[in-house]
Amino acid sequence: MSETTAHMHDDHDHGPASGIMRWITTTNHKDIGTLYLVFALLMFFVGGLMALVIRAELFMPGLQLVEPDFFNQMTTMHALVMIFGAVMPAFVGFANWMVPMMVGAPDMALPRMNNWSFWIIPFAFTMLLLPLVLGIFGIGGGGPASGWTLYPPLSLQTGDAFAFTIFAVHMLGISSIMGAINIIATILNMRAPDMTLLRMPLFVWTWLITAFLLIAVMPVLAGAVTMLLTDRFFGTTFFSAAGGGDPVMFQHIFWFFGHPEVYIMILPAFGIISEIIPTFARKPLFGYTSMVYATASIAFLSFIVWAHHMFTVGMPLGAEIYFMLATMMIAVPTGVKVFNWVTTMWKGAMTFETPMLWAISFVVLFTIGGFSGLMLAIVPVDFQYHDTYFVVAHFHYVLVTGAVFALIAGMYYWIPKWTGYMYNEKLGKWHFWLSTIFVNILFFPQHYLGLAGMPRRIPDYSVQFAEFNMISSIGAFGFGISQLLMVAVIWQCVRGGKKASARVWEGARGLEWTVPSPAPYHTFETPPAIDDSMVAHPDDLAH
Amino acid sequence: MAHTQGSYYVPHGTKWPILGSIGMFIALFGAAIWLNDADIGRNIMFIGTAIIILMLFGWFGQVIRESESGVYNDQVDTSFRMGMLWFIFSEVMFFAAFFGALFYARTLAVPWLGGEGMGASTNEYLWNGFEAVWPTNGPAEIGGKFQTVPAFDVPLWNTLILLTSGLTITLAHHALKKAQRTPLIIWLAATFLLGFFFLYLQAAEYMEAYQHLNLKLSTGVYGSTFFMLTGFHGLHVTIGSIMLVVIWFRVLRGHFKPENHFGFEAVAWYWHFVDVVWLGLFVFVYVLVA
Ligand SMILES: [Cu+2]
Repeated sequence: MSETTAHMHDDHDHGPASGIMRWITTTNHKDIGTLYLVFALLMFFVGGLMALVIRAELFMPGLQLVEPDFFNQMTTMHALVMIFGAVMPAFVGFANWMVPMMVGAPDMALPRMNNWSFWIIPFAFTMLLLPLVLGIFGIGGGGPASGWTLYPPLSLQTGDAFAFTIFAVHMLGISSIMGAINIIATILNMRAPDMTLLRMPLFVWTWLITAFLLIAVMPVLAGAVTMLLTDRFFGTTFFSAAGGGDPVMFQHIFWFFGHPEVYIMILPAFGIISEIIPTFARKPLFGYTSMVYATASIAFLSFIVWAHHMFTVGMPLGAEIYFMLATMMIAVPTGVKVFNWVTTMWKGAMTFETPMLWAISFVVLFTIGGFSGLMLAIVPVDFQYHDTYFVVAHFHYVLVTGAVFALIAGMYYWIPKWTGYMYNEKLGKWHFWLSTIFVNILFFPQHYLGLAGMPRRIPDYSVQFAEFNMISSIGAFGFGISQLLMVAVIWQCVRGGKKASARVWEGARGLEWTVPSPAPYHTFETPPAIDDSMVAHPDDLAH
Repeated sequence: MAHTQGSYYVPHGTKWPILGSIGMFIALFGAAIWLNDADIGRNIMFIGTAIIILMLFGWFGQVIRESESGVYNDQVDTSFRMGMLWFIFSEVMFFAAFFGALFYARTLAVPWLGGEGMGASTNEYLWNGFEAVWPTNGPAEIGGKFQTVPAFDVPLWNTLILLTSGLTITLAHHALKKAQRTPLIIWLAATFLLGFFFLYLQAAEYMEAYQHLNLKLSTGVYGSTFFMLTGFHGLHVTIGSIMLVVIWFRVLRGHFKPENHFGFEAVAWYWHFVDVVWLGLFVFVYVLVA
């Protein structure tokens, strides 16, 4: 007991411990946020390299560089690494850094569990990547090659990698659930007394709803892959018609997780964009309350649309029509959001610093991805598009120019608060323009490839697809190399530069801008008093 | 002390999570290579599991000591409550996946295999002659002829046992709130004894199913759903019973106060959750079987 008392004095009087143990044992939300972000950046490049292997192989028709099985390992692992290693941890990193500061909390609600949520992930990725890496060195059969969706019966034919993949998914699920519980408890229980729910920044709102989605669907994924595991090793027949099961049942359970999962990756992106646009338009967010309701509506609808991923699998007609109409309804709350962002900019005193450029690019390009999603929702049309490059183009517009662009926008927006220095604006703008140009060269032609019938997840193709594939591959390498500029910007900004002020951006509102830059190791040990000038959306307060 | 008494307790560095991650990795790595036919994997798995158990003892021990020393204020208590409730919600969703599999197989997959609705040609060309019935081990009759466990025998007793245990833990909770130590100890002991009795009966039921009814995990989709649902539930009863034993020992040591006993309540919530899942199982797995 005397030991704990001694520790408590340390907490508030001292900064971080030194050396590697600081990062391994930390319970500080800013340290853990940094860990998440650095890990996500690393995985962004690991997953990116896999994408470049894919695009290099597809540069020309014919088998050029890799074996077809290795190609399939690349498509599978690229998705798993990007989804579970890059995008999701990056958003959790933002939540860790920003949510306590935005709501006026001393830290996350459950700081020790916060540490565990992060430190499971590197071990999970060791588990996931091990068979692939061993395979590259000629040991074992390589990584999983069934696609990240792990559809049986194909996924059940995976070699030694199978159990490793399943257990890695289990570990990532445990991590996500603990992280999400922590975020919900922080938002609901740790707000400063003046921080009422409808005063919360939209980033906090979107994360509250995202965390709910995570707790609701990650266990379902765990259940689905557990059934795969027992089908493979313990003689169950969940997914085998011979025993009365059904392989299509896996797809239903998987997409019950999978569709909310795509909103897990985009709702916090909406939150980041909703912070950035008002700052650089120097106007409060238009329709704050409608943004909150739209987010909640999208989350609700996400649970009842899953089978739009499997229109061609053979479902009763009534189910096809239902899932088509339910899916199209999502366009309504999403349209509300896009409308609100545009209206926020309308007649604003706009400036175009790097975060704003990424945010505007997000609004335009994400909307393209949204529209192609609407096309895919139409059953008879989807019969043509299913499993073609049109689908690949669609989800890369929402995930790369959507989720990833929002993450990069948020990084530029908040990095002065994290490091205390301004980033290199010139380099940032180069990064933006090169990325935006190349990403469209990369993904836009894939729409045409898909419409012309090129299937996804195939290492070779008919010569009629040659030109667009070559253009797409050039875009891929351009986009990939451009991301090195981001590393340069971050590296410079961590090491020094122009000192950032507390507010950083002239139009910035919100509690995080009331603390110095860099934010002190402990913020808000006593809850701050909040007045309207500190709140991001003063117009929507009840007057 | 005064510095933190009123404010939210933010702990200093912790070594338990990294130990947990290492244990989890070793355990699952061992399990993975064991499943790939490397027998050494089993021992590796046990080592990892031992590390996880060590971590749980250390971590919970530290939290209990901190709690008993009074560093947690009401706001910390609320965080713990929210954490436990959302954890239970995640468990509900885990079971929902398996209940979903049961409902899908029973109301859609099997009838379609039998030629209903859109399954007409599937039945005609792939599984000709297969009649959709429930329970089933599928058109290939995987595992051979089998019988089901009658609902109004051991499962009914188990239902009564769990319902009674839900009552006894409530009685224990009332005793705790009124600071009546002896009834608290007795009712709590009764609860976990009922839990262990449930597990004993379920083990006997499994033996009976394997030895006499030819009902196995590999008995087609019926065996799959039956054993996975009841098995995961049994695992949760085991975890819940261990948790009950832990708080029983804490009570013996004089832990918990009438106005402050989150640890006790968390276990009670968990126990009620296990109880409710069982009621779902009893109805959908045992009673409505044919
Ligand atoms: Cu979807």
